[in-house]
Amino acid sequence: MKKLLISVIAALFVISIAFTASAGQYDKITIATEGAFAPWNFTDSSGQLDGFEIELAKDLCKRMGVEYKMVPQAWDGIIPSLQAGKYDAIMAAMSITEKRKNAVLFSRYYAATPSIFIVLKNNGFDDLKTDVDAITLDQVSPEEEAAMSVLSDTFGGKTIGVQAATIQERFLQQYLGKSVEIKSYDTQENLELDLQSGRIDAALGAMSYWVPRLNDEKGKDFNMVGPGMTKGPFGEGVGVAVRQSDTELAAMFSKAINEAIADGTLSKLAIKWFTFDASAKE
Amino acid sequence: MKFDVMKESFPQLIGGVPETLLLVIFSLCIGFILAVIFAQLRLSKNRFWSWFAGSYIYIFRSTPLLVQIYLIYYGSGQFRIFLQELGLWTFFREAWFCAIMALSLNTGAYTAEIIRGGIQSVSWGEIEAGKAIGMKPLTLFRRIIFPVAIRQALPGYGNEIILIVKSSSLASTITILEITGIAKKIIAATYAPIEVFIIAGSLYLVMNFIVTRIIEFTEHKLNPQFYR
Amino acid sequence: MNFGLLGFGIEGWGDEMLRGAVMTLLVSMAAYGLGILLGILGTFLKLSRFFICRLLADIYTTIVRGIPELLIIYLVFFGGGIMLARINALVFGGSGFINLPVFVTGMTCIGFSSGAYSAEVIRGAVLAVPKGQIEAAKAIGMTPFTIFKRVLGPQTARLALPGMGNVWQLTLKHTSLISVIGLVEIMRQSAVASGSTREPFTFYAIGGLLYLGITSISNRGFSRAEKWAAKGVRSE
Repeated sequence: MKKLLISVIAALFVISIAFTASAGQYDKITIATEGAFAPWNFTDSSGQLDGFEIELAKDLCKRMGVEYKMVPQAWDGIIPSLQAGKYDAIMAAMSITEKRKNAVLFSRYYAATPSIFIVLKNNGFDDLKTDVDAITLDQVSPEEEAAMSVLSDTFGGKTIGVQAATIQERFLQQYLGKSVEIKSYDTQENLELDLQSGRIDAALGAMSYWVPRLNDEKGKDFNMVGPGMTKGPFGEGVGVAVRQSDTELAAMFSKAINEAIADGTLSKLAIKWFTFDASAKE
Repeated sequence: MKFDVMKESFPQLIGGVPETLLLVIFSLCIGFILAVIFAQLRLSKNRFWSWFAGSYIYIFRSTPLLVQIYLIYYGSGQFRIFLQELGLWTFFREAWFCAIMALSLNTGAYTAEIIRGGIQSVSWGEIEAGKAIGMKPLTLFRRIIFPVAIRQALPGYGNEIILIVKSSSLASTITILEITGIAKKIIAATYAPIEVFIIAGSLYLVMNFIVTRIIEFTEHKLNPQFYR
Repeated sequence: MNFGLLGFGIEGWGDEMLRGAVMTLLVSMAAYGLGILLGILGTFLKLSRFFICRLLADIYTTIVRGIPELLIIYLVFFGGGIMLARINALVFGGSGFINLPVFVTGMTCIGFSSGAYSAEVIRGAVLAVPKGQIEAAKAIGMTPFTIFKRVLGPQTARLALPGMGNVWQLTLKHTSLISVIGLVEIMRQSAVASGSTREPFTFYAIGGLLYLGITSISNRGFSRAEKWAAKGVRSE
């Protein structure tokens, strides 16, 4: 019995040491993505990760001269798991927000995309019109103010679906939380299944996700309505997230992104995957 | 440990308790009715009904509850138009309804087996004695079979109640905000998983402790001859 | 319904679903194995002379019986790395993060819960071996190890077999919960396929059938094993 116990404990020690990753050096990193947010990142039917961020990660890591591995990770645990050390960086269409900056460190942004409402066609929202096409929430003009009240009147009392722990969820809670019912989903797939089935009246999501989606067979029943919204709760674009202690890694990513902007790689990738240029400029 | 997070999340998580309790109570009540019906069918001499009940019990006991929940909730969306024509979509539209339906069907299958075991434990002699003094089938069931069977089945049923309290956490996967759903939401906002789950876990432990006590108390009440 | 979706190859999801089933089997077996180890350990603790050991075992089974598996999975998944990193810093003085693959996290959680149920089954089986036999074995001078090997072990294994069959079913079903943390087993694969094809019913039904198949086959295996183990037992 004693021997058994000692050998079990010894085995556990060996296992725990085996799993201890070496710290400090960034010659080999693991990057997490969601794998369920096409065209940013998704899993194809053969189980392979693909998408804008998958190709971008390859390009950035080549520029940084590091070996890397990409792993899929459920969205709602993606930041805690980064802190826990499951991986070293996140590239999963994660917008840079003040709140997230308390938990992680971001590189410079590599893409930016407005958020917009999506509805089922012929479901009573098709003729929703506002005077402006875009709203910037950090500086709201009177016209934008009017557009916001149109939105809150239209969706008042309705159910709006959104992916959990996203900037869109945060926006809904802040701006429409009193007038609409918010339903939060673990994955975009489940959100769409419920939008299609009519369980929710509208969804709020990233334009970069929805524009290619609506041109696709799977999006033929959906429509985008209302203005595209940016800034404020929607953050300052999408960046690579790393642990707060990894300042050097963040700087490496920022430098590589700048290089990719300069030689046009980033914009080429964005047009390939989003059908419009959502990449970072300057 | 972030104790301020624990302090803040405690009232929020308590707010999820009624939702969890309602899920559990509704499912247990509906599941129990289903179970009584299916246990009778399973024991009936009609081969079709016995087979039918047997298949229901086998299928729901052999597949994970998560599959059953997703099949009912997301799966029903595939047949929306058909369900609308039948007028059933108003029910299936609600995550609540789907969660209770899945939990009820699930616990119904397990409970049917528990009840069947209880009924089979009633000895032939007792039933024959009842028949001999001229009891009608309903009276026989009410006065002899049911009281004996329920005593036999109670410990097993107590375990089933605890399992359903635990299983109700799966409702969080279809957008219902009960204890586990709220816990996940707080984590997304605070990034403090351990602290939040310690509180959520304790809430479940307390609920199950109370359930255990109630079952023990009922066992005492039902078997006064064994306790003095 | 479009049956072309179930084909094999690039267009169909048939091979992915089967791969998911293999992953479910692998993680179930690993968790079951871990559960048996923990169950044996738990039995020793539960039957120990020392109060503290029994208390430890009781805490273990109470937690597993009282807290939802889903919650335990989230806890270990989100908090496990942090805890391990703290232990690492404390015990080994290391500062590295500890990287647990989803498979290991899932297997540990489900194995942990499986272990508590195994402990109940194995303890019951050990207690069901008549005391007289052990006394007789002691009387003829067998060492504790020989008693375990010749008397207690084989009978416990036979008596525990039906209960362990139930634990296997439970473990198998619980592995579906690992899908929420991203392990691509039957459930996760069904979710990916139904999101991609917009046919959730089709794919969750297939997922359910795969579980049903695995359960039915393993049921048969266990009842065969029970028959085999009962060969030398006289039935009244």
